[in-house]
Amino acid sequence: MARQSGRSRSSKPAPAGLDAARGYALYLEDITVSFDGFRALNALTLYVGVGELRCIIGPNGAGKTTMMDVITGKTRPDSGSAWFGQSIDLLQLTEPEIAQAGIGRKFQKPTVFEKHTVFDNLELAMTGNKKVWTSLFARILPTQIERIEEVLTRIGLLDQRLALAGTLSHGQKQWLEIGMLLMQDPQVLLVDEPVAGMTPQEIERTAELLISLAGRHSVVVVEHDMAFVRSIARKVTVLHEGSVLAEGSIDDVQKHPKVIEVYLGV
Amino acid sequence: MVDAVTPPSTLDAAGFAAAIRADRGGKAFLTVLVVAIMVVPALNLLVPGGSALHLSSYTVTLLGKYMTYAMLAMAVDLVWGYCGILSLGHGAFFALGGYAIGMYLMRQIGTRGVYGDPVLPDFMVFLNWKELPWFWHGFESFPFAAAMVFLAPGVLALVFGFLAFRSRVSGVYLSIMTQALTYALMLAFFRNDMGFGGNNGFTDFKDILGFSLQAPSTRMVLFLGTALSLGGSYLLCRYIIASRAGRVIQAVRDAESRARFLGYRVESYKLWMFVLSALLAGLAGALYVPQIGIINPSEFSPASSIEIVIWVAIGGRGTLYGAVVGAFLVNYAKTYFTAALPSMWLYALGALFVLVTLFLPSGVVGLIGEWRRHAGRQPKGL
Repeated sequence: MARQSGRSRSSKPAPAGLDAARGYALYLEDITVSFDGFRALNALTLYVGVGELRCIIGPNGAGKTTMMDVITGKTRPDSGSAWFGQSIDLLQLTEPEIAQAGIGRKFQKPTVFEKHTVFDNLELAMTGNKKVWTSLFARILPTQIERIEEVLTRIGLLDQRLALAGTLSHGQKQWLEIGMLLMQDPQVLLVDEPVAGMTPQEIERTAELLISLAGRHSVVVVEHDMAFVRSIARKVTVLHEGSVLAEGSIDDVQKHPKVIEVYLGV
Repeated sequence: MVDAVTPPSTLDAAGFAAAIRADRGGKAFLTVLVVAIMVVPALNLLVPGGSALHLSSYTVTLLGKYMTYAMLAMAVDLVWGYCGILSLGHGAFFALGGYAIGMYLMRQIGTRGVYGDPVLPDFMVFLNWKELPWFWHGFESFPFAAAMVFLAPGVLALVFGFLAFRSRVSGVYLSIMTQALTYALMLAFFRNDMGFGGNNGFTDFKDILGFSLQAPSTRMVLFLGTALSLGGSYLLCRYIIASRAGRVIQAVRDAESRARFLGYRVESYKLWMFVLSALLAGLAGALYVPQIGIINPSEFSPASSIEIVIWVAIGGRGTLYGAVVGAFLVNYAKTYFTAALPSMWLYALGALFVLVTLFLPSGVVGLIGEWRRHAGRQPKGL
């Protein structure tokens, strides 16, 4: 920990500095994570391209959430390497540093600041210096208000901007959370089960939103809802027992014999 | 509990003024405080002793004591109500501030002590000590003691908070650790060879900055100093809560991991709020001791720290002024009960706490807010 706090002062990875020279935003190589002898990830290797929209599917316990935990610094792997672009070693950074570097994560359960307004939620998510002293005297700039309103429009919550986030519907909270990630202008967005518990209309809107984000951001979506995956995915990765079982278009992986074997009924 | 929807403004002078204007409970509290600052000295010093309107020095001191408790409660509310850190050890910071000023007051006694030693306080002479322990040096100077009032609780909170928050200790585990902290300090301060007067602590103070502590004018100055400190602490806390940093700490309280993933160093925010809260508690302790005239290790007892939390819960947490209301209500009740029905006090306190937790989750000020909203629905309205 002392090691981490010492470094935070010197290194300030900026999203703009992401070196994605080879066209990949994320490199996970030979990642292994064990919990009490159980291998949650087993030599997982995965590359995510810049601007790509990637869906990750797999049965429960396949390691999807653990993979996200490794990328965001919540879990340290036993072995392997995780790089953000060519130059940022994710295994050397703390969770806030990874967030600052440009990887945003949306949790499975919508987590927004319920006692704050929608506007405040986005303001707090804004990029910038997040040290205690700075935020004690921080003032919001007109350009920042514009930026917040732009995101509010994209996530369709402009009319609810002064409502407390706790009063939003489930779907609206999910969009607000995606909006909070957008405020950070991340290179990579990790989205965990975005449509769980949504109405069909909300699912459709979410699909549109995620598709509109790809290109500008790399989007990694973990999802169980196959209809939803089909509606958004260009490339699908199937995880099984902690490693990649198959990768390709949704039709390819659904025809894949091993996938049919472990994922019967898909 | 949460103030009505605030417009998207961030803090400059105008933004802070707007935050104060929107804070109805706070305005009421500050108004009462200003009235007290003007009326109490007049009734105490100008109205002659025999008059029905005369306010005795005893009452002034009692009010001063309640105000120091109110500051302490506010300090607890800052970390509990806004950061979600339930500290059951804030009595320790209060007591450390009190001991720091107490050491100064002991040195001021000089040759007027029972044993007449010009340097050593009575209890050291009694213990046959020949010279002043090293940590008592400097306390003959008021500025030094005043600095220690903040340094002692501040450094303790910094070290304790650094270790606890860095290890991500939270919830009930943190509460238990704060209890252990204050309990350990209590045991230490009870020991005679610690050099803090053992179980008797410090008392028999004579004067402060050359003014007799018994004089009504000195008591009045202490009362006014306490009132101003209470008001100042309120404004400081209100500013912090209204700033972006304040919204971050409330965000941490409600969804800590989300705040972390947004890039906030959650530990730093918790640590600095905890330290600030300890500083306020220390100042409250330093204002308490000269008015009450005694400080002893019972201030460190785990039960007194729990009592502070009860004041905040009864007043209404997460409002700042609720803590003030709670501290006054409970301590007034305590003064009354311990005189009228001494054996009933603890039962009454326990019952009050249970009832408030069950029926008034946002405390007395929450109840007032509820009435207001009901009144607002009547056609007459707001």
